[in-house]
Amino acid sequence: MYDFAYQKPGSLADAVKLLKGDPEAKALAGGMTFIPVLKQRLNKPSAVIDLAKLGLSGITASGNTITIGAMTNHVTIATNADIKAKIPGLSEMASWIGDTQVRHRGTMGGSLANNDPSACYPAAVLACDATIKTDRRSIKADDFFQGMFTTALEPDELITSIEFPVPEKSAYEKFRNPASRYAIVGVFVAKGPAGVRVAITGAGQGGVFRHKEMESALASNFSADAIANIKTPADGLNGDIHASAEYRAHLIGVMAKRAVAKAAGR
Amino acid sequence: MPQVALTVNGKQHTVEVEGRTLLVELLREKLGLTGTHVGCDTSQCGACVVHVDGRSLKSCTMLALQADGCSVTTIEGLAKPDGTLHPMQEMFREHHALQCGFCTPGMVMSAIDLVQMHPEGLTEAEIREGLEGNLCRCTGYHNIVKAVAAAWPLMHGKPAPAAAAE
Repeated sequence: MYDFAYQKPGSLADAVKLLKGDPEAKALAGGMTFIPVLKQRLNKPSAVIDLAKLGLSGITASGNTITIGAMTNHVTIATNADIKAKIPGLSEMASWIGDTQVRHRGTMGGSLANNDPSACYPAAVLACDATIKTDRRSIKADDFFQGMFTTALEPDELITSIEFPVPEKSAYEKFRNPASRYAIVGVFVAKGPAGVRVAITGAGQGGVFRHKEMESALASNFSADAIANIKTPADGLNGDIHASAEYRAHLIGVMAKRAVAKAAGR
Repeated sequence: MPQVALTVNGKQHTVEVEGRTLLVELLREKLGLTGTHVGCDTSQCGACVVHVDGRSLKSCTMLALQADGCSVTTIEGLAKPDGTLHPMQEMFREHHALQCGFCTPGMVMSAIDLVQMHPEGLTEAEIREGLEGNLCRCTGYHNIVKAVAAAWPLMHGKPAPAAAAE
């Protein structure tokens, strides 16, 4: 690892100021992706700005909204009683990320800001029509994810929390890589105030995306049968040593049917 | 050079480190606590698991400076000063849950956290899933799972729930 200056600011304003003042500085959330990246010398920041002391951790449920602080870790999300009861798909998603030790450190905000094409949370955020709150604005999920490892965030902009409207039904199904636990294909289905939304992660070359054809089929009939005959084209899907694009296309159908069946039964 | 002040196994330390110094490097190289191992160095194998403020994590994927103000427990901090082993260590010995021993420190630290996180009891399947972040290349895990199940009643001071005993 190349050396860097380490700073742990005590306020959000100070953290943003440090990032604004140094274009080579990088923010550190849980570090479960960023520290391995640093160890491989794939990134050489002048300074690492640790976000641990900004008070961005915690979960609040009020009315039909659950708000999750950006620095909340996966174990906290997976075991939170409000999330279990109101967004069970998000609870199971958090419990399947990495392993316990990774889940103790990794954060929702860090995962979203990184927008790894195989990360799980982008699918929940997009399917639930969640809103990303930052130090300066609110960004709708549909506008936030802009392609592989690319988001609407400015270089010095920090996620502070994520607001989930509580869906009527939700479920996540994931065909995971047995070594890394990342999604080879993950499908999050949510039936909520904004209708039915189906978000696919792990498969698209441009990262997470909505499956509009499935969404319209499910709008009139929320059952696995409604999407049984929908074929997903392999165009634009990832193919690698773990799974070909054609196999991922097939898995999207299988995982989506399982997710819908599970959500419908809840 | 920046300083990190932390408690390790009940003892206060203030140590000069670089920004890039990992927690496991601080433990092994600065404090001489070589019980915590480095296996894969890519947060997969779990040989480096320690507890920070009571929670298990991979010390090869945490900066030493992130642990400033924290309380760290390593495998060296488990036994009592008179040498009495922690119940998890004792059960690993009792059930022959190790062969070469390289994964054992991390395995024991993860197992203790797992048992503490499940006061309601643990099924065999939950133990296997709970230890997915720790790799053992000798034992096939079978005796490790037995040891963890046997440590549960000792750590909680009551018999394991019938449904969880399997």
